[in-house]
Amino acid sequence: MSKRKTTIGVVAVLVLLALLMMGPLLAPQDPELVNLAARLQSPSVAHLLGTDNLGRDILSRILTGAQVTVGLSLLALSLSILIGVPLGLISGWVGGRFDWIVMRIVDVFIALPDYIVAIVLSGLLGPGFVNMLIAILAVKWVGYTRLVRSLVLQEKTRDYLMISKLAGGSNLRILRQHMIPHIVGPVLALATMDIGKVILLVASLSFIGMGVQPPSPEWGAMLNDGRAYFAQAAQLMIIPGIAIFIVVAAASWLGDQLMKRYTISSEDERMTSALA
Amino acid sequence: MIRWLLQGLGFFFVLTIIGFLIVQLAPGDAVLSMLKVDTVAVTDAEIEALRENLGLNDPALQQYGRFLGGVLRGDFGNSLMTGKPVMTELAKAFPYTLMLAGATMVLAVVITFVLGGLAARFQGSLIDKAVGVFCTAGAALPTFWFGLLLIDMFAVRLHLLPSSGMATPAGLVLPTVALAVAIAPPYIKILRNSLIEASGREFVRAARARGVSEPVIFFKHTLRDSLIPLVTILGVSLGSLLGGAVIVEVTFGIPGVGKLAVEALARRDYGVIQAFVIIVGMAIFVINMLVDLSYRLLDPSISLKGAERV
Repeated sequence: MSKRKTTIGVVAVLVLLALLMMGPLLAPQDPELVNLAARLQSPSVAHLLGTDNLGRDILSRILTGAQVTVGLSLLALSLSILIGVPLGLISGWVGGRFDWIVMRIVDVFIALPDYIVAIVLSGLLGPGFVNMLIAILAVKWVGYTRLVRSLVLQEKTRDYLMISKLAGGSNLRILRQHMIPHIVGPVLALATMDIGKVILLVASLSFIGMGVQPPSPEWGAMLNDGRAYFAQAAQLMIIPGIAIFIVVAAASWLGDQLMKRYTISSEDERMTSALA
Repeated sequence: MIRWLLQGLGFFFVLTIIGFLIVQLAPGDAVLSMLKVDTVAVTDAEIEALRENLGLNDPALQQYGRFLGGVLRGDFGNSLMTGKPVMTELAKAFPYTLMLAGATMVLAVVITFVLGGLAARFQGSLIDKAVGVFCTAGAALPTFWFGLLLIDMFAVRLHLLPSSGMATPAGLVLPTVALAVAIAPPYIKILRNSLIEASGREFVRAARARGVSEPVIFFKHTLRDSLIPLVTILGVSLGSLLGGAVIVEVTFGIPGVGKLAVEALARRDYGVIQAFVIIVGMAIFVINMLVDLSYRLLDPSISLKGAERV
């Protein structure tokens, strides 16, 4: 793919995500307005994507739900980066006992599958926005700590760092001037790869009833809600699924592009792409 | 060998501590949720009596010791949902999950070799691009939604296959397809890339120059060289298979371990949750060890130390 096409694609995906964040403003109707007279309607001019089993406008629910599904995912991911990156930086830079302890904790989290940790945690904490945030944070920080630590260890041995140290550069200065620039790219790449995965996780958790609860129009919860009515109104099944699919596909394409741009070592790439 | 044993032992202790903490730290009182089953109003005295009876007033270390003793005997207490021993419930559910995971693995491997092989053989062609699209789509498809679509298509509309449960072997088909399509894409990509990479290696070109036939080159040289990265990610992504199995079991109503755990979480059946975490954790550990081992069989040049993952 040509460079310009890639740029256009990246901009398009970013615009899509930004539009989704403004979803509630774009919603034509109240997403929670129940109208039993107009239940399970097929798409029409009044309801472009039809209505659900309570007569609520599906388009409005999808647009409002974007902020829950995608917004929650982005928030959880940002928090994971805010915790994972500094931990990896310090762990790699300081080394020693601190590093050992952090890495053993990381080992445990890596040994347990994301979905299982997230399901058990959100199940124990109970449903809800904040609890879901905690559950995702718990599974996602590890990847960043591990990635950043390995980058730091890689850079640490370079000559220019030695020289910078010999020249009397403080730890903070070295980290800021030499480490951060090396870390931003790969972390960004991993983060964009993760967006799609986190969205899938959020939707899956809500689908099995452990995430955001009805009547919140979270996309996975919408699918769970409408399950009994799929045969009567196919749009209940099709629309939320397509919404998830498009956003996840767009986000992972973006991640692929960034991954190519910031060539992480193939070992890291394997690692990150396997951390499904 | 000894290092693995020590690691396994260490991990087992960590898991039991996590399992123990699940009850200690869970919001809401475990005792309360036990009594609430009857939905009769409970008095403080009753709660206190049960706490004492269960030994929940003992020091934490003593409680942990008792819990650990139970775990070692395979005793996780009785399930709140059924009143039967937790281990009996899990033993009943395990075969279903094992069947689902096994069938998925077989199907995923078949898909991987067919699609990955084709894509590498016809690199840059339409087939290669189609496989690429399949990988992107498969990775972006929510497993539960794909499952719902499959149910709608093959069970509700065409009446070809059962929509839920595993009363007959046919019930295994749709869940397996749903899970395999979710699992396969990273494998396909890796196999494709490493096949392409391997076919340019010197020993492959040398074999070709010697006049060795293409199929022999493929199976004896290229494929073997490409299996190593595949096995690596097999170990790492095993977790996503088990995690995905939970979602698929719930979607298709398969009475496996994942569905049991989700129900136990909803009902606060702590014994089941503890057993689930510990047993699944240990199972993953053991399988990872096996992956490590198969590594060394595939490539003797990898020393045990070099194969250190996890």
